[in-house]
This record gives sequence, structure tokens and C-alpha cells, in this order.
Amino acid sequence: MTYPANLKYTQTHEYAKVEGNKAYFGITHYAQDQLGDIVFVELPEVGKEVKAGEIFATVESVKAVSDCYAPVSGKVVEVNENLTDSPDLLNKDPHGEGWICAVEIADPSELDKLMDVAAYEKHVAEGGGHH
Amino acid sequence: MDYRPNTPKDREEMLKTIGVQSIEELFSDIPPALRFKGDMKLPPALSEFEVSKLLRELAGKNTAQDLVIFAGAGAYDHYVPAVVRHVLGRSEFYTAYTPYQPEVSQAVLQSIFEYQTMICELTGMDAANASMYDGASAAAESVTIAAGLTRRSVALVSRTVHPETRIVTETYAKGHGITVKEVPFENGVTSVKELENLLSGDVACVVIQQPNFFGNIEPVDEISKKVQEAGATLIVQVNPLSLGVLRPPAEYGAEIVVGEGQALGNPLAFGGPYLGILAVKNKYLRRMPGRLVGETVDNRGQRGFVLTLQTREQHIRRERATSNICSNEALNALAATVYLTWLGKEGIRELAEHCVVKAHYLAERISGLKGYELAWSTPFFNEFAVKCPVDPEKIVKSLVSKKILAGYPLGRAYPELKDHLLIAVTEKRTKKEMDDLLAGLEGLA
Amino acid sequence: MKRLEPLIFEISKPGRKAYSLPALEVEKKPLSEYLPAQELRTTPAELPEVSEVDLVRHFTRLSQLNHGVDIGFYPLGSCTMKYNPKINEEVANLPGFTDIHPYAPEETVQGALQLMYELQEYLAEIAGMDKVSLQPAAGAHGELTGIHIIRAYHESRNDHARTKILIPDSAHGTNPASGVLAGFQVVQIPSDKRGGVDIEALEKVMDETVAGLMLTNPNTLGLFDENIEKIQEIVHSKGGLLYYDGANANAIMGIARPGDMGFDVLHFNLHKTFSTPHGGGGPGAGPVAVKKELAQFLPVPVVEFDGEKYYLNYDIPNSIGRMKSFYGNFLVMVKAYAYIRSLGPDGLRKASEDAVLNANYLLRRITEYYDLPYDRHCKHEFVVTPQRIKKETGIHTMDISKRLLDYGVHPPTNYFPLIVDEAIMVEPTETESKDALDYFADALIAIAKEAYSNPEMLKGAPHTTVVGRLDEAGAAKNPKLRWQKGT
Repeated sequence: MTYPANLKYTQTHEYAKVEGNKAYFGITHYAQDQLGDIVFVELPEVGKEVKAGEIFATVESVKAVSDCYAPVSGKVVEVNENLTDSPDLLNKDPHGEGWICAVEIADPSELDKLMDVAAYEKHVAEGGGHH
Repeated sequence: MDYRPNTPKDREEMLKTIGVQSIEELFSDIPPALRFKGDMKLPPALSEFEVSKLLRELAGKNTAQDLVIFAGAGAYDHYVPAVVRHVLGRSEFYTAYTPYQPEVSQAVLQSIFEYQTMICELTGMDAANASMYDGASAAAESVTIAAGLTRRSVALVSRTVHPETRIVTETYAKGHGITVKEVPFENGVTSVKELENLLSGDVACVVIQQPNFFGNIEPVDEISKKVQEAGATLIVQVNPLSLGVLRPPAEYGAEIVVGEGQALGNPLAFGGPYLGILAVKNKYLRRMPGRLVGETVDNRGQRGFVLTLQTREQHIRRERATSNICSNEALNALAATVYLTWLGKEGIRELAEHCVVKAHYLAERISGLKGYELAWSTPFFNEFAVKCPVDPEKIVKSLVSKKILAGYPLGRAYPELKDHLLIAVTEKRTKKEMDDLLAGLEGLA
Repeated sequence: MKRLEPLIFEISKPGRKAYSLPALEVEKKPLSEYLPAQELRTTPAELPEVSEVDLVRHFTRLSQLNHGVDIGFYPLGSCTMKYNPKINEEVANLPGFTDIHPYAPEETVQGALQLMYELQEYLAEIAGMDKVSLQPAAGAHGELTGIHIIRAYHESRNDHARTKILIPDSAHGTNPASGVLAGFQVVQIPSDKRGGVDIEALEKVMDETVAGLMLTNPNTLGLFDENIEKIQEIVHSKGGLLYYDGANANAIMGIARPGDMGFDVLHFNLHKTFSTPHGGGGPGAGPVAVKKELAQFLPVPVVEFDGEKYYLNYDIPNSIGRMKSFYGNFLVMVKAYAYIRSLGPDGLRKASEDAVLNANYLLRRITEYYDLPYDRHCKHEFVVTPQRIKKETGIHTMDISKRLLDYGVHPPTNYFPLIVDEAIMVEPTETESKDALDYFADALIAIAKEAYSNPEMLKGAPHTTVVGRLDEAGAAKNPKLRWQKGT
């Protein structure tokens, strides 16, 4: 699996895809693979303010619940409603169709604290930080 | 008498395999100071015959078993058909546990699925869980569901809700900072005016009982309208058998229905085990406590049933679970399933009708007795309150000698109704039994 | 040959009936003369219409699709699936117990109250505690009751700073859930190298903001916490209380008492330790026992004896309130009472001894193939993990468990406790013979060998059950929780 170069990654396996002043949040291929069949995603509410490192969504497999931590701070402006009916998009296309929500970036400097693809691939190769 | 199959020779061989000299060695990690010495102060072991005799003696002391029962108040004396005990006696059901391994648990799983369907049919809700401990704890946990969803912290509970349900709800609520306020009643039903005064932006839910604790029919449309205007959740506690004739709570805006399922094929049994019913509209589904069974397919393409949406539960979500419930009242839910199957579509209506008709016969006759009158003119299901010329506690005590349990003295829970007796009539009561009660009451006036 | 059974709704036929009602005898008017017309049901509930024989065959055939203790070995860890003596069922069905109304006058239910009172006394003695409430309906319900009592205790001392409850990482999920439900923040304590509470970690977090510690002893690894004296000292010295989760009490009856270990509150599971059946998920009962100082907080009512008669005492001024209507799961109490009277003090101790003997024997029979995370004598249950098998064959605990079904036994508890990867938690109980244990050990060993010789076959297991592996993800994605007419 290759990870897209245009994403910024967290230690806890979320990503941020920056488009203008917006960032799309999702979980990485590694994260979805660890979880197995994803059966439910609890989406944030549009308008909610999230802070970097705080929980913005939870994803559930049959027998596990996993929190998703916001890569950067911002206000949620869009959520991926498709996940309500097709949570498996997170398994099939985590970096594309399986995005979870978009935020208006509050502080662009926070992006600098995230990993680039090379650093993230190394992080995954070393075992992903836990497990 | 004990139930250990190992022989002394078995034990010897087992100790050898383990590599110890004695069973005692296996306990060597318990600090010596904590080892219990001697025998516990318990009566000595008995043979099976002696146990049987002893328990029969204890059961025999319960002269309440011979009473003709006019007490209800949350526990109703309906006939339990032979098929219920027969099915519950199948040890494939009663010696199993929670169906964690669906391949060898289809009996429990499918019967729960059938139960869930029946409860949804009766209440009009979208989903019912596999059971709660009883009606009271179901009500208490439903308040938690509503508070979680609405993010509000006040629960209004009508004073016409079972007094013990109200206390349980309050006890549970203390744990998570929910304030419980009571809504007064008027003419034996929830006061809509008082409800309106109490409703505010921080009210998460309103709990009412239909028919209420006094047996009366609540003005549900008016209540529901006020609750909806306030953006709160309407929680209705039902007697499931009444839904044979009364409309399903979904039709008047209930979003969570709870209930005491004892009336569905479970004996009085001195108060338990009973059956907590909990059913919700879809938007509350993921906040629901307890087990849920869902339909699916196996790897051979066959239909099968599994526990589902388990991420809500304590064994997965731990401190963030929707509830701590694990063991529930599954066998009582099976009793309800068998009972509702026995009654069927026609039977539940006819049975509920019998209860209504007999109760009204008795009520009318009592109101004709000198000194007695019905407490309210409000319509009721199979239970009604009577204002008595003598202390109801005395009436109950006195009529026990005539082998009648006359009712439930309301003064026990409502000081303002201390001269009122709550009387329930089920399909089991004959005209003669009711006439005996009338004679008894008349004689005491 | 076992076959799948249609849903009861699918065999329904209009006009069939199983019920009969007693004569009405009195005059019947239209329903709308008794009840407001708008409150009447217009569409009947879609309940099945079947004959009595249809009903009996449906539930009988259905029942045959289930495993139960009466069919075979059921070593579900932490659930104590011991044999359910039939005399207990018989006496619990006596009309003198089943046909008594909970609000019948006390003088007409003296037998029931006596039984409850004596059961309270017996449980207090077994626990080494002072006072018992029989009200809670299950283990988790008992936990919640107990934690409410702990909260009430601190509040009664005007000590409002205690917002946390400590729980070891090996604990049952009910513990943290109960803690939160009672209003506390849960702080997890790690386990040490021997599987017990990490004393240093405990000392670090234990302070005046902690209300208490919830502990299962022996714990979910089946290991007795050797440091229990030290643990209770640490918690008590900072003003906290100790809660004992009695889920594993089958290991210690007459051998060690939680009260003597320093616990302040506990619950027992009558459906585990005291042989009452599990009912396909319930009903159980989770009586709570407390030390003298905490008796003032018990839920109402408690059964008392004044020397002449038994009565329900509602006069407990500092009571936490009520956890349930009426007095608890009475018929379950009848069964537990019959069990304690059958075994007596000696029999209870021997039951625990054999439970521990059976577990240790089984453990030693399989350790050549399955790995033991903590190599100690266990108590009534143990946890192993198929680490080597997983590494060398890719076979998981799930596959082993599913294959066990083909051998006709119920699998152990899987993937719990969480601190052991691929955990297999086995609790044989004292009511299994050496022969049954040998059969199970042989099956586990055979499966370990199959993992190497035929892993694909294991991944497809079970092969002999009426349904194969079920699509649980599908069930959760698209919840279908009821039958619908016309589908």
C-alpha cells in the first residue's frame, strides 16, 4: 500500500488533506486495516469546533470502537453523509471516498506538526506506534 | 448432597498431573492470615429429599398462595398457560447463557428476535432490546438514553407512575447528575397544567405510565403535544397486555416505551424475576442499553441470528458503554414470547377486553356499596381506586381471613390517598369471587 | 437431523389459535363505553396465529439448536457454567413460591421472608460481611448498587472530593461501566508481571480524590492477588473503600472470605457461584453484602426478623433508594437457598476445591500446545493464548473456538481479558468430571495439531453446526432487528 504524498499524517493514523483553507479528515489505510470491517461511523455535527488532538469522530467494527483524533483545529463545515449508509467506504477507499469530515482550518501552522508521507510510512513500518 | 463427579482416584491422578501433593497446595498463594479456618456457620448438608421437604415447608407457610387476588399495583395475577412452563423447562434454553457463539445458540437468538418483533408490534417502536431487569429499571435507563440524546439534565416523572419506578429512576439519576422532578396529578391523571409549568428548555424527557399506576387512562395526546413543543422525549411505561386494546404509544408520539412484562406469562413470584421491556424509535437505537439480536446470513447462505450493535455494550465500550447491563431477564422474555404466541393476534385483544369488562363490573358494583365510592370518574383499564369508609389496611388484613387479597392500600405510597384501595381484576376472577369481595367490603363498612 | 426453524410468524395462519379464556360471566358492552374511543387500538398487533401443537413444536425444535450445560461442557470463563441441580428448579416451581403477590400482607408470606432472611445470613457468612441486600437482579446491577453505596458513604461524611474509582485493566467491562453509571471517573490500574494489581501504580494514583477500588479476586486471569493485604492498606489509608466483584467467588467458598481480605462491599452472582441457571442470558441475581458501617446505605427494603416474625424493613434513613421494584429476583433466591442447604459448609468448600483442582488439571494438560501468560497455579479458571500457533500457522483464537463446536463443546470465553492477546479463558467448574476435562483437553490438542496440518479447515469451522459462521459485520451495518410482514 502506498500512502498519498499530498496528505499530512498523525501518529494516531488520521490524515488531513488540505484544499485551500479547508482540510479533509479521514483515517489511513493502516488504521482501517487494523480495525477490520467498519460497520458504523459516528460523524461530528457541522458547525462543531474541534481542537487538534481531540476526538472528532468514532469508527466501529463489529467488536471494537476506535476514536479519531483531529489532525488540526477548526470548525467542521462538511461531513461525509455517504458513510452513514456505506461505512465500508472507509475500508475500500480510506484516503478518497472514505473521508470523514472537512474543517475550516483555524491555525495553518498546526499543519507543520503533522508527518509527511515519508515520515508516516516509516512510522507504519515500525509498527504504527502500538499493537 | 453435592454435585461433584470426581472420584478420590480421579483427584489423585489429577494432582499427579499437576505436580502437587494436595489440593491445599493450589491455594498456597493466599496469605495464611486470610485463610478461613474451620467451617462456615451454615446449616449442615442435606439430602435431596430433605431439601425438597424443607422447601415445601417454607412454601407451605406462604398462605398468600391461597388468596383470591385483587391486588395489582405492578404485579398482575394472570393465568400462565401450561405451554409457557413447558417451553421454559427445556434445558436447552434455561441452561444456556448469553448467545456469544451464534452457531450453537440459534434457539436463544431466534426466540429473542421473535420477542423483539412482538414488542415492536405491540408498541409501534422500531427496536426492542432483549430485556432489562424489570419495568422500573427499564424506565430508569430510558431516562439516561433521553438525557444523553437531548443533552439536557432534567427528567419529569408523573406522580401517576408506579411509586417504586419513581424511586428507582431517582436512584439511578443521582449517578449522572440528572434531576428528577415529579409532576402532580389531578383527577387521577397527570396534570397537564402542572406539566406545562414544569416543562422548560432543560427538560430531557417526560415519563408517564399508560394506563397509569391507578389504572387510569392518561390524556396522552395533550401530554404528548406539550412534551413535543418543549423538545423533550416522551417516555411511556406500559402494561403490555393493555396494548391488546389500547393504541400503540408510537401513535401518540412516544419515542421510548418501557414496561413491566410480568403480565406476559410470568408468575407473581413475590416480585421477581420479572421482565423489563425497553423499545425505542430508531433515532435512539445506538444509545440503547442491553442485548439486541439481528438477522444475517451464514457462510452457507442460510438465514441466521446474531447479537448485534455490540459496540454499545460494556464488554466492548467499557466506561463509555450505554449501560452496564450484562445478564438480563432472557428467560422471562422467552416466557413472554411463548405467552404472546399462545394468545396470538385475537387472544391478546380478547384477554384485554375480559380484564376491562370484569374490572368495570366490579367497579360499578363497589360504587353501589354504602360508604364506598370510586376515587375518580376517569376511564380506567383493569385497575381502579376506591375511596373506603374504613382504613384500607384494615380491609386487606380482615379479608385475608376470607381468603381474599382485597387490593393495594394507596396510603403506602400516597399519604393523601390513605383511605383509598387500589383494586385490579384479571381474566381469572370469576363473578363469584368478585361478589365475595363485594360482600366482604360491605360487611366492613 | 437438526434443521433451521422458520420464524413463528412464518407458520402463522389466520384463524388458528392456542389460547382459551375463562367465561366472562358478566355483561359486556362495546369497548368504547369503557374507554375513550381515540385511545382504542385500530390495527391489531401482528402476533402469530398458531395452534398449541404448532407452538410446542416450534419452540421444541428451536430449542434443539442450542447448546446448554445439560447438553455438554460449557467452560465459559468468568461465567461459572456449573450444573444446575434439578431439585432447585422443582422447588422454585412450588405454588407457594410462584403464586404469591409481592404486596400480600407479611403474615401470609412468612415462608418467603424466612427464606430471604436466612439466605441473607448465609451469604453474609460466606462473604465474611455483616449485612446483605438481595435486591439486585444481576452481577452488574449489584456492582451499581455497591458503587452507589460507596458514593453515599463518602457524601455522608461531607467528603465530596472523591470523584474517581480505580479499576484494574484486567477487570470485566461491567466494572468501568458501573463506575461511570454511578457518577465516577474511571482510572485504570495496570497489572504487574504476576498478573496482579501493580502496587506502585496503585500507590501513585491512590489519594483523597479516589472513592474506592473495584477488584475481582481471584481476578479474570484466574489468579489470586497475593498482595491483597497491601492493596487494602493502600486504599483504606487514603480513605477509600474496597469493592469486591464476586464473579469469581466460586474459587474461594470456605477458603478465604472477602470480608476478611478487607473488602467493604461486594456482590455475589447467584447464577454463577450458587448454581442457579443462566436462562439464556438471565435472570440472575446479584445480592450485595456490606460491612456494618455501610448497612445504613443499603437499598430498601431489607428483610429482618424480630424474634417472632419476618418483616420488610423500609426504615433505612440513609438508604441509596431502590435499584429495582419489589425485593429482587425471588425465584432465583429460592434456587440458591436450596443449593446452599444441599451442600452445607463442607460441600461449598469442597465445590471450590474441586473447581480449582479441575482448572489446574486442565491447564497442565494443554500447556504443551497453548501458552500460559502467567505461569502460576490458577484458581477456578485460567487464561491461555495460542501465541505459537498463531505465529506459526496464522490460526486465531476465533478459529480454535469455532472448531471446538465441531467437537460438541462450548468454547471458552474469547479475547478476554484484554491484557492477553488472543486470550482463551477457561472455567471448567467443579461439576465436570476428569473424563469431561480429558475430552476437552484432547480436543484442544487435536485442534492445535489441525492448525498445522489443515489450517484452512479450521478457518472454515464449524462444519457440523446447523449454521456456519455468520456475517456479523453485515448484521451491524444493516441492522434488521425484527420480522416485517410481507418480507
